[in-house]
Amino acid sequence: MSVVFEQIFQVGFLAAIIRIATPLAFATLGEMFSERAGVLNLGIEGIMLLCAMTGFTATSLSGSLWLGVLVAVLTGMLMGALHALFTVALGLSQHVCGIGVTLFSSGLAYFLYRLIFGQQSVPPSIKGFQTLPIPVLSDIPVLGPAVFNQFALVYMAILAIPLAAFVLYRTPWGLSVRMVGENPRAADSAGVSVIATRFQAVILGGALMGLAGAFLSMAQFNAFTFGVVSGRGWVAIALVVFGRWDPWRSAGAALLFAFVDALQLRMQASGLGHIPYEAFLMLPFIFTIVAMAVMSRNAVAPSALLKPFRREER
Amino acid sequence: MFRLEVRTSTPTWFNLALPLVAIAATLVLCSGLIALAGAGVLESYGVMFTASLGDSYAITETLVRAAPMIFTGLAVAVAFRAKFWNIGAEGQLLAGAVASCFVGAIPMPGPLAMLLMAVAGAAAGAVVALVPATLRVKFKVDDVVSSLLLNSVIYYALMALIEGPWKDSFSGYPISPPIEDSANFPVLIEGTRLHLGVIVALIAAPLIWFLIARTTLGFRIRVTGENPEAARYGGIHVERVLLSTALLSGALAGLAGVGEVGGVHFQVMSDISPGYGYSGIVVAMLARLNPLGVVPAAIFLAAVMTGAEAMSRATGVPAFLSDVIQGTALLAMLVALLFTAYRIRRVGAAS
Repeated sequence: MSVVFEQIFQVGFLAAIIRIATPLAFATLGEMFSERAGVLNLGIEGIMLLCAMTGFTATSLSGSLWLGVLVAVLTGMLMGALHALFTVALGLSQHVCGIGVTLFSSGLAYFLYRLIFGQQSVPPSIKGFQTLPIPVLSDIPVLGPAVFNQFALVYMAILAIPLAAFVLYRTPWGLSVRMVGENPRAADSAGVSVIATRFQAVILGGALMGLAGAFLSMAQFNAFTFGVVSGRGWVAIALVVFGRWDPWRSAGAALLFAFVDALQLRMQASGLGHIPYEAFLMLPFIFTIVAMAVMSRNAVAPSALLKPFRREER
Repeated sequence: MFRLEVRTSTPTWFNLALPLVAIAATLVLCSGLIALAGAGVLESYGVMFTASLGDSYAITETLVRAAPMIFTGLAVAVAFRAKFWNIGAEGQLLAGAVASCFVGAIPMPGPLAMLLMAVAGAAAGAVVALVPATLRVKFKVDDVVSSLLLNSVIYYALMALIEGPWKDSFSGYPISPPIEDSANFPVLIEGTRLHLGVIVALIAAPLIWFLIARTTLGFRIRVTGENPEAARYGGIHVERVLLSTALLSGALAGLAGVGEVGGVHFQVMSDISPGYGYSGIVVAMLARLNPLGVVPAAIFLAAVMTGAEAMSRATGVPAFLSDVIQGTALLAMLVALLFTAYRIRRVGAAS
């Protein structure tokens, strides 16, 4: 009997890790594409929030979950394009524009949500994504129920990792992205449009941030609340550094963070002694800062990161 | 076709007009949202204006709100001058609030209590700001990310305090015990909330301006920000300047928290700051990182915040419009700033 309990505990824990890692993986891959092209997107926190809102709203009004996901992705692309307009086309400070995009999108998210749903004591909810067991694979002991009995968006995140690596390392477009992030001057000489490539990378990044937001409001919480993103966007930025701008390592970083977070939740639930639960909530953030300090020594950022490109300036 | 061309000089009137142009553009852009909410644009802005600046009481309320943003705006302006990307003013403010509340609860003569609250709050903010600066100097950790993440850490630390040892055992609410009555900052005008801290904030701006523009430290901060290589060549210890800047910036943000505890709330609660730390970034950019410009910029944002609540009550437009205005103002100002360095030149299709 206790063996069975232990197994359920393990499966549940593993499933929790994967569920926590999913939005982080989307967001981290999105931020990675942007940064690989040389554009830091600090708008991520607000973009995820706005996408969580638009996705939730579209589903709530239409009843279609996938329409909600589509709306969230389109919102993310639109906000990515906005950030690119400021930072790539106009060459403004990426730090400050990112904060501006975050302030703007989160303000807009709350404003529109309140406009559409009004002030309600119980926030409206939707019937979110249900788990979708994959035949045969979900019968594998431990791993099966944890990994192959998940939301559709989880499978998408798992597939997104090798796909991102393939796109970045094995396609001509991926090569262009890496070139404009490392040496835009050389890319320009080789006939690659720096501006267009950066726009595309930031917009693709926004789409992935949209999926992250959609997962939060449509699979994890099934509602849009004020704390729905609560710093996950900022964490994703740190995970990109931690993952050294590589899709596999970044996804690994997201998984590691999710492990710490799931552990934190477990410890919190077990009511460990007199330790306040906030200490556990802090843990992932402190872990990320410490991890960055350890990793930053040999982390090599794309060399053109934060540097705007103007063709006429030589 | 249009293209950007480097300006050789920028007229003074242009520099002064820029923030106004950005603010005007912001109000025009955001009027779309007011219309979307089904309210009259002019009427809504009118309500915002009268509720925030229309009479003497409204003006004092706006100034009370402006005070913390003057401090966080100065904190960000000082940091950004040295290109120390301090996005952590929010956490530093919270740390300052907690420390000053801790000191203010100790019975002692009023003036001494207020002084020690300010010292403790400034020190707490400075210590928090020192973390991202040290991580950057010693470990090359990106200061943007570390200062951002630290905001969450400090917030949870505050929550742990007010839900743990500080929790009100009588009511069970997660709020700290109040500070001593003698430690409450004196009210300057009877019947308003205008407190001593507001005056301190208004005085701090010219002091910081003097520090940046006229002192050796200010010179080092500016050179380090403009050209670290040249600074190093000129014998400036860049790392040390970054750490000093962090201490100064964090202390200013901490003082924002002190004012909220001593002058407005007299205790600490979870929502003691509605994002004043982030607003500080908007304020600093609208002020073009000039400490003197921080005052009008903070008053503008404070007026928007105060006015938005009244507008929401009167017209039903969600008060979150003030957040949208903040974000839009920041982006509009950035675009406006572009025109100080560049001018748009029409390029003929034939050429």
